[in-house]
Amino acid sequence: MLRTGAYRIDRSTRASRVALAVAAVIVAALLSLPLWGDSGDMRLAVEIFYYLALAQAWNLLAGYTGLVSVGQQAYVGLGGYGFFALTVLLGIAPLPAIALAGIAAAVIALPTAFVVFRLRGAYFAIGSWVVGEVFRLLLALVKPLGGGTGMSLPVAVVLSLAPSRAARDVVVYYLGLALGAGAVSLVFLWLRSRQGLALTAIRDSERAAASVGVDNRRTKLAVHIIAAGIAGLVGALAFLEKLRISPDAAFSVGDWTANVIFIVVIGGIGSIEGPILGTIVFFGLRALLVDYGAWYLITLGALAVAVMLLAPQGLWGLLARAFGWQFFPVQRRLRLLDLRQAPPKPSEAPIEAAHRED
Amino acid sequence: MAWLNIIVQGALLGGLYALFAAGLSLMFGVMRLVNIAHGDLIVLSAYCALVIVQATGMHPLASLVLVVPLMFAFGYGLQRGLLNFTLSGGILPPLLVTFGLSVIIQNGLLEAFSADSRRLQAGALETASLRLGDQLAIGWLPAIVFIVAVAVIALLEQLLYRTALGRAFRAVSDDADTAQLSGVEIRHVFALATALALAVVSLAGVLLAIRTNFDPSIGPARLLYAFEAVIIGGLGSLWGTLAGGVLLGIAQSLGAALDPGWEILAGHIVFLLVLLLRPRGLFPKQAE
Repeated sequence: MLRTGAYRIDRSTRASRVALAVAAVIVAALLSLPLWGDSGDMRLAVEIFYYLALAQAWNLLAGYTGLVSVGQQAYVGLGGYGFFALTVLLGIAPLPAIALAGIAAAVIALPTAFVVFRLRGAYFAIGSWVVGEVFRLLLALVKPLGGGTGMSLPVAVVLSLAPSRAARDVVVYYLGLALGAGAVSLVFLWLRSRQGLALTAIRDSERAAASVGVDNRRTKLAVHIIAAGIAGLVGALAFLEKLRISPDAAFSVGDWTANVIFIVVIGGIGSIEGPILGTIVFFGLRALLVDYGAWYLITLGALAVAVMLLAPQGLWGLLARAFGWQFFPVQRRLRLLDLRQAPPKPSEAPIEAAHRED
Repeated sequence: MAWLNIIVQGALLGGLYALFAAGLSLMFGVMRLVNIAHGDLIVLSAYCALVIVQATGMHPLASLVLVVPLMFAFGYGLQRGLLNFTLSGGILPPLLVTFGLSVIIQNGLLEAFSADSRRLQAGALETASLRLGDQLAIGWLPAIVFIVAVAVIALLEQLLYRTALGRAFRAVSDDADTAQLSGVEIRHVFALATALALAVVSLAGVLLAIRTNFDPSIGPARLLYAFEAVIIGGLGSLWGTLAGGVLLGIAQSLGAALDPGWEILAGHIVFLLVLLLRPRGLFPKQAE
């Protein structure tokens, strides 16, 4: 909070202070999950965590910088294959290999950005998809990693992570929790920082952001690389958990990008809360429709289309508008304190400094 | 001579890609709408032909008499009932709505027809060929596909530059608001553009289904080929799109000759190279 005489700038709200307390309770509950949950619970939780991380990353891309990528599977797949290559071919221990795989995905994102950034808007979407396909087809040619049929993680590598299956589940669970919570925290801290202000400005109007000195291209590049790094970590963890990798699974547009797009669009694009809510809705729907095969994806697709047309800010946008909620205090609100200088009416309503253009 | 054969077959395959691309190009040109469901609509029309052929026993090519008007009507309805509502709010709505549509069509087809691979049987036409030399023979079917592609592109060019509808297309493309002020009913014109695009798509879908096996999952790859043909050829140029399709077809067939694993990859790499070296495509229509 900042005090300078006639006005004050608020960041937190009552809702955000309540949310902080609730978040602390949730994190405590999640930290203790291995004590009370079985291995099925932990596996489901890990899946939720990596979708949460992917959704936060995709939301930064599409929601803030307008980079609607349909190619995030490229970096998930590279992270997964990076992990297998580092552990199997180079004999690196699993934990450092996960981190290195994430870094490798981020590094590879730099030259690919050089190509796909030549395409704008919708063309960027399809161009990034082509890049994902190129990596899938290339990895299918790499015989030491199993070629087109893929490979399993050798038992020696699995045992080097943890001696028993139960212990492995716990290690993977905490890695997943760290990844999910880490991705949300990273996005939150980024959006509160100086660069976050630039991101929000780009979200609201690219042209206006550029006119006040935001380096759009540099910001977009940073988001692209960070999103690739998160996807790479997800890939490393996901295929460590699955114990098997193949080009079709690692570079699946349906698993790693389509689901994530639905999560973010349904939950609410352009906010931190939206992808969290979307992840909850996604796994809820999946549990409900588990017996209906393709109808599950048809329902998700139809729901996403309906949300995009009727409530473009997503379910979170509806809630935020109806109740004025903001759980993650990233906005700045200007409150006028000196009543003589305050505008006559409506003097009590806070003026949103980060006003949205919609 | 063997290489010549590979190049000729690739070029003929490129005709099919140009046909995929023409519809995509038309929709983008008229209303700046990139239709992610484009490939799935190609597959949808293939299944549409399959149902008609199975129900009536007619020749797949004859089924076009029904499939083309059906997809034309479907396109008109799709644009007026859904896509027109996505065009006023930036790039996200059209992209994400057509993305959702793509997933709906794919999984709808999966539910209705299973994941089994299908094919339209075209009898003697499938294998008939014209022998031009020791190692060079042109199949009648690929030749017909290529000729159809050239004819469709020539007709679209005529339509764009010689008819009142074409004038309306170009007017809304340049400035939709001003076009509407001068009496162009843009919602109707947009719907006609999509209808026409889907008529071309249905032609492409049926020819694809006679040429190769298809199943509900092959749509996205056709979208990528169509997109690559458009970008390689240069935006806004239909003849450029044909050239882009031909180049893509040749790249794929040369890649396949080297190693089957390189077939699709070679096409993608040519696309990425063009993007790096000539980002505006090989035959861009307008100067910046």
